[in-house]
Amino acid sequence: MFEYAPAPESRDIVDIKPSYGLFINGEWAEPLAEERHKTVNPASEEALAEVAWAGEADVDRAVQAARKAFAVWSVMPGSERAKYIFRIARIIQERARELAVLESLDNGKPIRESRDVDLPLVAAHFFYYAGWADKLSYAGFGPDPKPLGVAGQVIPWNFPLLMLAWKIAPALACGNTVVLKPAETTPLTALAFAEICQQADLPPGVVNIVTGAGETGAALVRHPDIDKVAFTGSTEVGRQIARSVAGSRKKVTLELGGKAANIVFDDAALDQAVEGIVNGIFFNQGHVCCAGSRLLVQESVAEELLDALKRRLSTLRLGDPLDKNTDIGAINSAAQLAKIRELSEAGVSEGAERWSPACPIPDKGYWFPPTIFTGVAQSHRIAREEIFGPVLSVLTFRTPAEAVEKANNTPYGLSAGVWTEKGSRMLWMASRLRAGVVWSNTFNRFDPTSPFGGYKESGYGREGGRHGLEAYLAV
Amino acid sequence: MSERVAAQAMERLAVRKTYKLFIGGAFPRSESGRSYVVTSSKGEFLANASKASRKDARDAVSAARKAFPGWSGATAYNRGQILYRVAEMLEGRRAQFVAEVVDADGVSAKKAAELVDAAVDRLVWYAGWSDKIGAIQGSANPVAGPYFNLSSPEPTGVVAVVAPPMGPLLGLVSVIAPVIVTGNTCVVVASERAPLPSITLAEVLATSDLPGGVVNILTGSAAEIAPWLAGHMDVNAIDLTGADAELAVTCEELAAENLKRVLRPPAAKVDWLADPGTGRMTAFLETKTVWHPIGT
Amino acid sequence: MTTPLAEVASSASTLRAFLHGLPGVDRVGADARAAMLATRSIKTTAKKQAIDLAISMVDLTTLEGADTPGKVRAMCAKAMQPDPMDPSVPAVAAVCVYPDLVATAVQALAGSGVKVASVATAFPSGRSSLEVKVTETALAVAAGAAEIDMVIDRGAFLAGDHVKVFEEIAAVKAACGQSHLKVILETGELATYDNVRRASWLAMIAGADFIKTSTGKVSPAATLPVTLIMLEAVRDFLSATGRKVGVKPAGGIRTTKDAIKYLVLVNETAGPDWLDPDWFRLGASSLLNDLLMQRQKMATGRYAGPDYFTLD
Repeated sequence: MFEYAPAPESRDIVDIKPSYGLFINGEWAEPLAEERHKTVNPASEEALAEVAWAGEADVDRAVQAARKAFAVWSVMPGSERAKYIFRIARIIQERARELAVLESLDNGKPIRESRDVDLPLVAAHFFYYAGWADKLSYAGFGPDPKPLGVAGQVIPWNFPLLMLAWKIAPALACGNTVVLKPAETTPLTALAFAEICQQADLPPGVVNIVTGAGETGAALVRHPDIDKVAFTGSTEVGRQIARSVAGSRKKVTLELGGKAANIVFDDAALDQAVEGIVNGIFFNQGHVCCAGSRLLVQESVAEELLDALKRRLSTLRLGDPLDKNTDIGAINSAAQLAKIRELSEAGVSEGAERWSPACPIPDKGYWFPPTIFTGVAQSHRIAREEIFGPVLSVLTFRTPAEAVEKANNTPYGLSAGVWTEKGSRMLWMASRLRAGVVWSNTFNRFDPTSPFGGYKESGYGREGGRHGLEAYLAV
Repeated sequence: MSERVAAQAMERLAVRKTYKLFIGGAFPRSESGRSYVVTSSKGEFLANASKASRKDARDAVSAARKAFPGWSGATAYNRGQILYRVAEMLEGRRAQFVAEVVDADGVSAKKAAELVDAAVDRLVWYAGWSDKIGAIQGSANPVAGPYFNLSSPEPTGVVAVVAPPMGPLLGLVSVIAPVIVTGNTCVVVASERAPLPSITLAEVLATSDLPGGVVNILTGSAAEIAPWLAGHMDVNAIDLTGADAELAVTCEELAAENLKRVLRPPAAKVDWLADPGTGRMTAFLETKTVWHPIGT
Repeated sequence: MTTPLAEVASSASTLRAFLHGLPGVDRVGADARAAMLATRSIKTTAKKQAIDLAISMVDLTTLEGADTPGKVRAMCAKAMQPDPMDPSVPAVAAVCVYPDLVATAVQALAGSGVKVASVATAFPSGRSSLEVKVTETALAVAAGAAEIDMVIDRGAFLAGDHVKVFEEIAAVKAACGQSHLKVILETGELATYDNVRRASWLAMIAGADFIKTSTGKVSPAATLPVTLIMLEAVRDFLSATGRKVGVKPAGGIRTTKDAIKYLVLVNETAGPDWLDPDWFRLGASSLLNDLLMQRQKMATGRYAGPDYFTLD
């Protein structure tokens, strides 16, 4: 046997402070709210640092700082704004290794992913939108499109720094200022980003970071002096936000849940389809809103495909997120683990068949083995509800029309996958799938130039590309 | 000039029109059996219009949903031709619409003619957009990898439209055309005060090759019907242009339940004669991005 | 497998239908998978193990017009004892030479356990008659070659004449007798990954004991994705037929880092059962010294220099 020896990335490169304040008006501010909580490493349950949970008064300070900065930032020539954002992109590249380690420590995702996916995309996103800052009049939104004002942005824990980039880069490029609230379980890279803003000499108040949980986010969204709400997270919270802004002039973009179908036809390139299925649902422990959590496989190849998939799953390496050979890291929190367990147990009790590869689970931390459910019916909870974990529900279909019908039979509409070697069928499927992103013969690819966002209850608005500017312009 | 006066002048009793709803290409009465009195801007009786109920709204949504695959799947060229056909039919009934607009809005015949002409021109303008909006709203994205990456606009689905209370024809046409030209289907709550031109417009739509169910028109109380549409889980978007502030908040809150796309009422009074821009189309479009590897 | 494999080659049409019925290969996906596996980090004990395993899998090769008995004897000495200062270094799997030098190699390697492989069949182009190819094979076997590395007729393959390719392989296999047959696909000339998969199956059905990527005379030679596809083919062939076939990437593998990437590919594609010189070989020449240098670095903690390893 060829056993890979542990190959841990060194964590010495990161310098985590014992305690963090809020980043308001370009400097670290002591929170007015007294509540503080620990953020833990989900792979070891070790406390990493203590962060403030900002209250309404803290949020108000941050919004005021952003409002003040808006007067400066919005009138600055686009070419100057661009240079600040380019500078941020460069600093992120320079500190990429440190940020990747920090992300894996706080989030639990494998270093291979934070290093090879998250961080390169973060830097690319800033690079991309930096270039738009002085070209907005060519973007198709009129000769002189104006920024909205202060953006309140609330981001999730699954791609902490990448979601920050998706929110902050276009907002700044368009001339807005921001108050961003990272998720309570993954605040550290956002706080590191605050330092990056300082290193870049970004004018004070252009970016403000307030840490906290749902209440902090709600206070931000409710604040009467914000002009824009951008949220990525659960559909349930998205609904609350949509309700709470009713009657205001706040512009809203929401990127919410999904239950994507990954559809495999009998003529698919099977080995690559297996890789796509694995990447679709086990990438980032399945903590991906656009995860391919429903595998729809044509009945005529179902057995062959499932055998290949199971064989492939037994090569997945679960464990220390900082080990460079880890494929599956830790579940981000005890609460998320409980939710994944609850839905998986529902799958069993509803009669689906559960399978996981033999896979040692570490003693400490939050872990869930890669899991497949076969014999799943459309009516099962595991086929309808977003699990947000490494759990794949397998269903079968007979014809292209049936595949489309099953794929679209969900309130969500974020993404879908199609695997076929037949071009005309691929395009036929792509045009009928009610989803904002269709990956054909690939899955979970992202790029700053490519608009991303959902149909139906997966939210509205697009992030990325020229389309992503619209969310931050008064158009 | 009201039809009553016209009839007297001709010393012949006019045959009046019964104004009904327009659902799925048919003209049913309200299932509730209710009607309400519609008067001219001067207060004269014009007609008893159907007063749509929540069940009529439900039926209209079903009709719109049923029509969606065919309409959104039609070629853009075909949709453009049909919208142009609507303009032709409207032009053919110009005199009738001018009379109705005079009655409804109390404007001069000259002004009414200007508004009807503008409505015809607006339809022609939007008709031309059917096969161009994709080029404006779509993009080929230069992703950093061996992938073909294309974004294109697609219709959102079933759109509820609260039509503006003023501008019974031009305003109405200006909110319907941008919704349907891109492939959406809609349920329109007509101006409560001046619903008659909307039903006459329905007669135009019904004879313009527009498939039944693409446009459904309900007359009655917006405050009563719009919330049912806003809360309907099979409606994808709502245009609140004609809703007053209170109704708009109610509807926006209800719309949150299934994350409907919401077009809020305009902040300032709309000049329907002005260039409408593309905003009313893009508000009801989704962007779909398709990835495919490039390789041998 | 709906058609029993024995019948697959019974006619041009069944053979073609079978090969074209194999699942397609998406190039971008295959490249991405190979690139991901190339990021595996093999350190400390695993690296030590991998280096020795890689040495034991090397087919130490010289295939030059200027080859002489002296050159081959020197290479054989190196093959048996790669590092004269360190007897714990394993011998390589085989040496690979032209047919006329087989006898020299056999004599030099007598009793060592290192096998002699010979290229044959009008290597590297394969452009000759079947009679010549069979005769050349028979002569190499008679001279003591335990392994024959044949080339397929790429022209026939690309022209769609699968039967011709099949029959040549079968005829050469027959000429091999007890010797093992490695079939070189020359993947650089097959161009597409779909062709690599089809050619792999064609060779296996026709009786190949090993499928090999390249002659080393065409660029690109061995690549990770091409080897990935061939490893998938032997894995699937085993489950379809119960017969296990080996894989040999050859050409362009020069560094320890490269070699370890191939071992990872084997481990996570065909599986650890293939991590054995009987089932996986690395066709190379300069690779061996890099493996030795890395091995010494692991043992001493100092970076090694080329002057401390023999050039043969």
